[in-house]
Order: sequence, then structure tokens, then C-alpha cells
Amino acid sequence: MIGYLVRRLLLGAVQVLLVVVGVFLLTEALPGDAAVTIAGDKPDPAVIAGLRAELGLDRPMWQRFAEWLGSALQGDLGTSLVGPRPVAEMIGTAAGPTLLLAGLALALLVPLSTGLGVLAARHEGSRLDRLVTSTTLGLYAAPEFAMAILLVAVFAVQLGWFPPTAIGGSLSSNPALLALPILVLLLRPICSLSRLVRAGMIDAQRSPFVQHARRLGLSPTRIRFAHALPNAAAPAVQQLARTADWLIGGVIVVEAIFVIPGLGTSLLEAVSARDLPVVQGLALVFATTTVLVNLGADLAARALSPTSEVGR
Amino acid sequence: MFNLDRRRFLGLAAAGAVSTGSLLAGCAPGGAPGAGAPKPGGRLRAAFSGGGAAEVLDPHETSLYIEIARSKALFDKLADYGNDMSPQPRLAERWEPSADLRTWRITLRQATFHDGRPVRAADVLASYARITEPGGSRRAKSSLSVIDLPASRAIDDRTVEFQLKRPYAEFPNALATLGAYIIPEGTEDFSQPVGSGPFKFVSFEPGKSFLAARNPDYFDGPPLLDELQIVVTNDEAARVNALLGGQIDYANDLTLTSARTYESGGQIRVLRLPRSNFHGLAMKVDRPPFDRIELRQAMFHLTNREELVRSVLQGSGQIGNDIYGRGYRYYADHLPQRSQDLDKARSLVRRAGAEGMTIDFDTSDASTGLKEAALAISDQARQVGLNLNVRLGNKDTYWSDIADGSVLASYRSGAMPLDSHVSQRLLTSSTTNNTAWQRPEFDELYNAAQSTTDENRRAELYTRMQEQQFNEGGFVWWGASDWIVGAATKVGGIDEEAPANTLEWARFDKVWLA
Repeated sequence: MIGYLVRRLLLGAVQVLLVVVGVFLLTEALPGDAAVTIAGDKPDPAVIAGLRAELGLDRPMWQRFAEWLGSALQGDLGTSLVGPRPVAEMIGTAAGPTLLLAGLALALLVPLSTGLGVLAARHEGSRLDRLVTSTTLGLYAAPEFAMAILLVAVFAVQLGWFPPTAIGGSLSSNPALLALPILVLLLRPICSLSRLVRAGMIDAQRSPFVQHARRLGLSPTRIRFAHALPNAAAPAVQQLARTADWLIGGVIVVEAIFVIPGLGTSLLEAVSARDLPVVQGLALVFATTTVLVNLGADLAARALSPTSEVGR
Repeated sequence: MFNLDRRRFLGLAAAGAVSTGSLLAGCAPGGAPGAGAPKPGGRLRAAFSGGGAAEVLDPHETSLYIEIARSKALFDKLADYGNDMSPQPRLAERWEPSADLRTWRITLRQATFHDGRPVRAADVLASYARITEPGGSRRAKSSLSVIDLPASRAIDDRTVEFQLKRPYAEFPNALATLGAYIIPEGTEDFSQPVGSGPFKFVSFEPGKSFLAARNPDYFDGPPLLDELQIVVTNDEAARVNALLGGQIDYANDLTLTSARTYESGGQIRVLRLPRSNFHGLAMKVDRPPFDRIELRQAMFHLTNREELVRSVLQGSGQIGNDIYGRGYRYYADHLPQRSQDLDKARSLVRRAGAEGMTIDFDTSDASTGLKEAALAISDQARQVGLNLNVRLGNKDTYWSDIADGSVLASYRSGAMPLDSHVSQRLLTSSTTNNTAWQRPEFDELYNAAQSTTDENRRAELYTRMQEQQFNEGGFVWWGASDWIVGAATKVGGIDEEAPANTLEWARFDKVWLA
């Protein structure tokens, strides 16, 4: 177990490094740099050259990357190119709303999708099952930005039940602001997860060990939740890990539409401004999160279903 | 790449939100009710696009609209631009030049900073010294570098005497330039900014929200509002939704589509601020093919200005007459309005030996309408046998890319006095000379205009410069578009004639909530 964990963590570190190098190269490959974007519609060549020297952008690419990596390994993510603030501080501020959104979405996602999946599986083939499966399939097919626009138009602008954006309010003190963003974030993952749980439950209920449990006279509820569900949950947990990755992407869309100044908004702004240290810092955060979440999911899947080959 | 995707994506989102909104909103007839008589009190919430988590409140770093709005709430300049881009005195009570236009005596108003200290001549000199610091790249630096600061001095606390490096009759334009704000001497930290403006700083979260409170001692009369909140909303659809949902009272920069959708609904007020953006083409006159004057003139005659205003600006603007700044001071109004003349254009193309020629035409999504204009003009050019090959460039680096890399580019300019347009773009020494217009005799006209105290003579010299541009210049300014602002129906006191970025634009000290 310890050996496995160490292997996975080392592999994770390599993955994060690859992502950071890749992001650096891709951002470098974009036309222009921070000096050009700061100069904007007044591209005086002397000013641009001055800015480049001031920002250290006139040095070779590998040298800048090596320096960034060196400081990053010592915990220093550097300073933004377009403003005076340290990258770590910017990420820290922006992480709040994103963590709140993603955390709340995940916390609601697990019980809701499990409940829906179990419910549909229990009534397999019934009208309820058909309703759940067709609705989840339909909603799964709808892209979240389209869903967001529709929900805002109906529930915020027309009916006035929820605020249309998160402008000027604090997410933690005004839960109404969170309603639509969380709904948009949840819709698709609920659909995919509940369908997985349903399929897993149906498989498990037909499996020999559940039939054996039935013959032993255990109560159906106990069989369902103590025996079938843990087995059915293993693939769903894997999907949950992917969902956590996906939430990071979904959050970018939701933040843009609902005007939430989180990590996604920061990433968009930093890429537009060619603010490399900020882009790099965010890539580091995103990559590390993804690696850790997947590792966590693999460990959870092992614990739930020790016989499966998950994560070896 | 990601960035382009985002742009397209959000563009799509905007269009979607608008059309669904309009379907659901229905169509109540009649315009918005007025906001009644001026009334004190309340908090106005205004939304602008922002600069993200890197934003600062240093007024000398001002360049985005939101930064200008925040800076003008907290700070003042010595002068600012009126609706015709002529300089209006602000912290300066008056200015008096010497006969040679190289020494300017400025008398300051009796104004105080928010901490109670008076605004003194020393603060003015220190502010300008900070802006023009060697090695720096602050926005107002190039305009203010005409001042010989070591030779300038404070005569007393309320009188500054500026020595200029050359005669400059329109020196007050430099005092009004973007970013030339006056800060208390010695300020380096802007986390709790102290200015002399109509509002006092309360709180600021970069990329998110800014709050300021009424300054009861403002020299120009205290604001009606108790508080001003400026929030960041980069997505236009979100600004519109927030306005419709009553989360904000003022939304800067709406799209033409939103304007059309909500104008007649009565839910919000749509204001179209005229003469805010000028749209055109930039041809490089120093290299083939546009070094041929006939080909430039062919472009003048093949352009269908009405069609461009109708399609690209969706009617929200006026046609141009190929020279910059219609409606501004010194604009040459007497020149005959040009209109499309395909026969003339065809014969000019023939005389230039350019029939069937293919010319690269650069454009991008860097600003609204650039791309649409390029496509429409290339259609118009095809009718006279010119093949303009539209190339879509990267929006983040566009202005820099076209500076030397293109012969023909879609162009746009915000509001500025003719003086700035000429000095930044049309002189041999200009740093953003996008048409490569370098004519010593043209430079002479400009220098002469800045060396005369006689206004009529200056107007005549400006006319001659504009005639040259009109007949053989590299710019085709085909139109001017409105700047579109949305406001809640209860907001009164917004100047509907002020071009974006002038004194009266986003001037929240004169606004009230009914």
C-alpha cells in the first residue's frame, strides 16, 4: 500500500511537471507577450522594448522557465507581469469562490446522483425508471453554457426568483447567489453519475453474491445499500474523480456567465494578458488538484471494492 | 487559441442570452420613464469590464474604461475634455501662456484632498514627475513629456509655471490627457488612495468591486449620490442580465444587439453616446501598393459609407468623411461629403495599374466591427476589380502586429482632440504612425499651428492638414459609432452627448437615483 502510494505520488509529480512545461510552451507559442498586451492600442516600439526589459521578457525562454521552476520549488510563484501583486496571493483570493462552488457541487452531487441511480435501478423498467433515464440522458446532452443562459433567462430575468449574476455580493453570505451556478454545475455530472450508479446497481443485483445474500434471507434494503451499492459505486467513484476534474473546467464557464471572480476567471484574464507567472501558477494548481483527486478516487475505489483491478 | 475560443464562446453566449431574454421579456410599447428632478442619496452600482486580479488604483496606470471611471471618482486632472474634445478647466482655474507659448502659468482652484490637505502646485509638479519618470511607461508620459520639468516651478501654492520644450498652443490638451491625475506629493502606495475627486475611497477588491463615498467638500459641488460602487463584469450578457435583474443601475459598453433588444421595452434606458469611436482603414503610404496615390483615392471612392454604418454599426452612428474627428474642435466641416463612386474608383484602379491585384487586408476581433467592416469593404472593392484578401489576426496583439506588418488594416480610434490624432499618428516623429505618413511639410503645418496664439490661424492650419489627409492620406475614416450605455430607469443626470472617455462620460458625481 505504502509502496503504491509513493509510486503514484512520484508519477503525479512527473505529470504535474509535464503539464507545467506544456502550458509554458503553449503560452509562449501564443502570438505576442505581456509587453505587447500592456501597450494595447498604443504599440510604441520603444515602450514595448522598455516593458520587455523591465519584465525580463527579453531573456531566453529556457532561462525564464528554469528561474520560475527554481522559485516555484521553493514555494515562490513570483509576481504578476501586469500588476504588482504576488501570484500566490492572487490565486489565494480567487480560490475561495471556486472552492466554494466546486465543493458544494461535489457535496450535493454524491447523495443526489446515488439516490437517483438507486431509485431508478430499484424500479428497473418502470415508468419512473424510464423518466429518470430519459431525462438524465437529455440533460446530459445539453452543454452547460446553453443551460446557464436558459436558466438565467427564465428563473432570474423573467421570474426574478434568483439573482442573474453574482455581482456585488458575497457568495458565502448570500446563498441565493449560488443557486443557479450550482444548478448549472450539477446538472450534467448528476446525469452521468446517476446513470452509472443505476447500471452498477442493476448488475450487482443480478450478481451471484447478491442472489446468495437474498437466499440467506437478508433484508432487501440491507442488500441494496450494504452489498450491492458498494460494488456498484466503484465505477461511479472513478467517474466522480473525472467529474472533479471536469468541475474545474465547468467552473470556468459558470464563473464567466455568473460573474464570479474565481480561478477560472483568473485563468482567462491571465492568458489574455499573456501573464505567464499567473498562468503557470494556475496550471500548477489545476494539475496538482487533478492528480490528487484521481489518486484519492483510486484509493477510494480500492477500499470499496478490493477485488477489482482499479488503480493498480 | 484558448483565448479565441473563449471569445467566440462568450460572444455566442451573449447573443443567446439576449434573444431568449427578448422573447421572454415581450414588448411593452413606449420608452423608459424619466428619472424626475435631481434627488440626493443612495448608492449607484455601475458595471464595467475589468482588468482582473491584477487591477490597481494607481491613477497614473489608468488605461481601461473601468480604471478611468474609478480614477475620475477619486482624483482630478488639471483639465478634461468637453463633448467637442476641447479642454475644460478642472483643478486648473485658468491657464495663461506667454507670447512664445513656451511658458504656461496655471492657477489652481481652491481644492482639498480627502485628508484635508490643500491641492498645491507642488502636488502638480510631483504628479507629473512621477508620470514622466525615466524608464517608466505610464499612459500620460508621452503627452506630458513636452514639459521641461526641472525648469518648471511652483510660484506659490496655487500657481504653477510650466516651461515647455517647444511652443505648444494646445498645451491644455496635455493637462487633460488620459491618466494625468493629480495625487498628493510623495504618494507611492495606492491601497488607500487619497485624491481630490468627488468620491472618497472606501474599499477595493481587485477584479471585483470598488466602493467610494460622497466627498462633501468637492470643489465642483458635492455629488448627489451617497455612495458609488463599481463592479467588474466582463461578460456583456451578464451586464445586461444584472441590469434587467436590478442588481446594477448602470452598465458600460453594451452591444448593438442588446441596445436594439431593450431600447423600446421600457425596462431599462439605452443611451447612445455619439462621436465615441471612429472606424476606418489604415493604408501604408510608404510602400507598394498604396504608395500609389491613385490606389488610395480608389479606396476613398469605392467605400460605401452609408452601407457600412447600416451594416457594421447597425445604424448606431454617423458616416464619416475620411478625416478624423467629425464634431470635434477644428474639424474641417467645409469639405464636400464623399460618397461611393464606382466608376471613378474603377478608373483610379486602372490608372494605378492595380486591376485584378490581390492585396492583404488585416483585421481581427480586437475591437467591435473591425472584422465586419473588413469583410464589407472587401466586397465593395471586388466591384471595382480589387481583390482584398481579408486576414483575421490575433486580437490580443493586433495593434502591435499592424504597426509595421501590414499594408492595409481595419482600424479604430477612441475620442481624442485633433491635436492628439495628428501628433500620435501623422507626424514623422509619431510613435503609432499606422499609415506611415511622414511628410516634413505636414509636420511644419502642425508645428506652425502649435506656435501661433491666433486661434483663427490655427484653425486654418488644421484645415490645410485635413485637406491633405482628405485628398491623399492613408486613412479612410468611414464612420463614427455611438458608445452604448445601459441604465436603470431611475437613474437621472447622465449626459447623453458625451463621447466615451470625456469629462461628462461616467461622471457619477452629477448622477442621481430617483
